[in-house]
Amino acid sequence: MEKKTVLEAKSIHKYFYNPTKAEVLKGLSFSIKAGEFVSVVGKSGCGKSTLLYILSTMDTDYKGELWIDGEPMRKSSPTYLSRIRNEKIGFVFQFHYLLNEFTALENVMIPGLKLGKYSKQELEHKAMEKLRIFDMADHATKKANQLSGGQKQRVAIARALINDPLIIMGDEPSGNLDKKNSDIVFGIFQELAKEFHQTLLIVTHDPDFAAGTDRTITMEDGKILDE
Amino acid sequence: MKFQLIFDIAKALLIARWKQTLVAAVGVTFSITMFVALLGFMNGLNNLLDGLILNRSPHVRFFNEIKPNPDQPIEGFYGEGMNIIRSIKPSGGLLKIHNGGAILENLKNDPRVLGVAPKISLQVFYNVGNIDITGVINGIDVQAERSLFAFEDYVTEGNAEDLENISNSIILGKGAADRMLANIGDVIQATTASGDRFRLRVVGYYQSGLQDLDNVQSYASISTAQKMLGEPSNYMTDIQVKLNDFDQSPAFAREMGPIFGTQAEDIQMANAQFETGSDIRNMISYAVGITLLIVSGFGIYNILNMMIYEKMDTIAILKAIGFSGLDVKGIFMTIAIGIGIFGGGIGLFLGYLLSMGIDQVPFETEALPTVKTFPVSYDPKYYIIGGVFSLLTTFLAGYLPARKASSIDPVEIIRGK
Ligand SMILES: Nc1ncnc2c1ncn2[C@@H]1O[C@H](COP(=O)(O)OP(=O)(O)OP(=O)(O)O)[C@@H](O)[C@H]1O
Ligand SMILES: [Mg+2]
Repeated sequence: MEKKTVLEAKSIHKYFYNPTKAEVLKGLSFSIKAGEFVSVVGKSGCGKSTLLYILSTMDTDYKGELWIDGEPMRKSSPTYLSRIRNEKIGFVFQFHYLLNEFTALENVMIPGLKLGKYSKQELEHKAMEKLRIFDMADHATKKANQLSGGQKQRVAIARALINDPLIIMGDEPSGNLDKKNSDIVFGIFQELAKEFHQTLLIVTHDPDFAAGTDRTITMEDGKILDE
Repeated sequence: MKFQLIFDIAKALLIARWKQTLVAAVGVTFSITMFVALLGFMNGLNNLLDGLILNRSPHVRFFNEIKPNPDQPIEGFYGEGMNIIRSIKPSGGLLKIHNGGAILENLKNDPRVLGVAPKISLQVFYNVGNIDITGVINGIDVQAERSLFAFEDYVTEGNAEDLENISNSIILGKGAADRMLANIGDVIQATTASGDRFRLRVVGYYQSGLQDLDNVQSYASISTAQKMLGEPSNYMTDIQVKLNDFDQSPAFAREMGPIFGTQAEDIQMANAQFETGSDIRNMISYAVGITLLIVSGFGIYNILNMMIYEKMDTIAILKAIGFSGLDVKGIFMTIAIGIGIFGGGIGLFLGYLLSMGIDQVPFETEALPTVKTFPVSYDPKYYIIGGVFSLLTTFLAGYLPARKASSIDPVEIIRGK
């Protein structure tokens, strides 16, 4: 059976106008199928982050076409895109973007509460389960700013998973961690891909990391070099 | 469900910055406190001053005025116009209201009328040693005066009832009594315009708070006045009417004056200026109250702006995990309105306490014998206005920052790290 296409990008162009007009993405096209673990590599400044912001629907100022789960994103309203992000995309940043006003558990629950598919009790149960997978259950009631960097990143990954997203995107999710912690994060992604058939698109600088994924997209100067 | 989440996030942000929030709320509290107390105080004063006139005055007064005869003979020859030869002088006996008894009955049966009080005004000289002091004695129906005009409130010494119980008695204006050195129980002499002398027993003092009045006006029962004038018991010079609806007085005066064949003066004609005074005092207190609220509005605006600046990351994360601009706006509007409800609610309560405090402050003045402490109005109207205004200012103050927060671009924040 042919695997479903989760994400498809067609000749994505991106320009920055400040300070001068510069074409950062020069017509990128590729697609990702369900269950694939894809990594994106390339030199610093080649446009990896820029691409990821477009794919995650946060940046809407680009040329080209983008489909997620078969739906065109190009003409959708900002509110609809918010819903897509909430429901279908889990995002993990390089810096541990957690809400410091809330506990680890609450941070994981919030996207679920926003989606409103499950009751608060069910979500609490679900969130606890995710935290347990990443060995973070003991820290569930700590405020986000009481956690170490590696712990924060694990909570962030748990949060990305809470709505069972179609795809998880990460922009150097282990880039800010030491070797031990980045190995843990990498192990988590491996496990998600293998055991849960989670679709993943991860930007990385680490060649070892890239080597362990199903497919590596190499970028250079705003273009895809080879697949 | 969704609002619950927005509310929870707003609450968490508020608690995380509770000191700043408190400062903003205290600003609102202070201005609402002052607003409510100020308006209550101003209006207490207004009501008192209005009452000074309103409670003492009939809504409509029927009387006969001494006027030249309207039918001047020259007009018979030359018609209306600028005829400057006028010869027929006022004739006597015009002060009496004809058919007074019938008019009283008629008015009492009118459904618009709350009460009627007949009155006789008579000019007298009080004989004090060699000197005569001019004065006016009002012959009144004590019961009616009491129920309609709170007459006994202004009898500062003695008993209003005694006018009816003791024959030939008088309640002297305080000013007149002081000049005559007349104590309660003393007997004074008065001479009427027609030259008859009467001995009257002083049973009390009258003090209205209006000096000019207290120097001249004194009160006797209507039958005493009739006796002094040598008139029968249906004689009266004034009929005072209180209506159920104050605002109907001009219409009522216009309608009934010609029917009774008398002059009819309504209270609004007689005191045209007093409404203006209250209106201006009201305007000033609203202006001060609203100014305070606007200042506190700027406080909220500042603090929300600061909070948004500090919480850029939070806003970016919320947007990245699927909150829309509208949700973010809702969060910050909830914070603003939360400050408004909290600060305003406490402000209303403190305003009430402050009003009660002002109410306790002694305020005794010669001019206002019935007032012992500062007058304060507790009209719920001002509390409602204060509450609505606090919500309105916080809403307006929150709107711009909230809109700014909703339009924050998460990419910019995330890339900026
Ligand atoms: N807001 C912006 N305005 C102008 N130029 C920008 C802006 N954001 C990024 N750029 C430029 O676009 C190019 C691509 O940036 P991007 O952040 O996508 O690179 P990257 O591949 O993620 O690099 P790194 O590996 O260092 O994170 C860079 O040359 C950068 O200077
Ligand atoms: Mg980057």
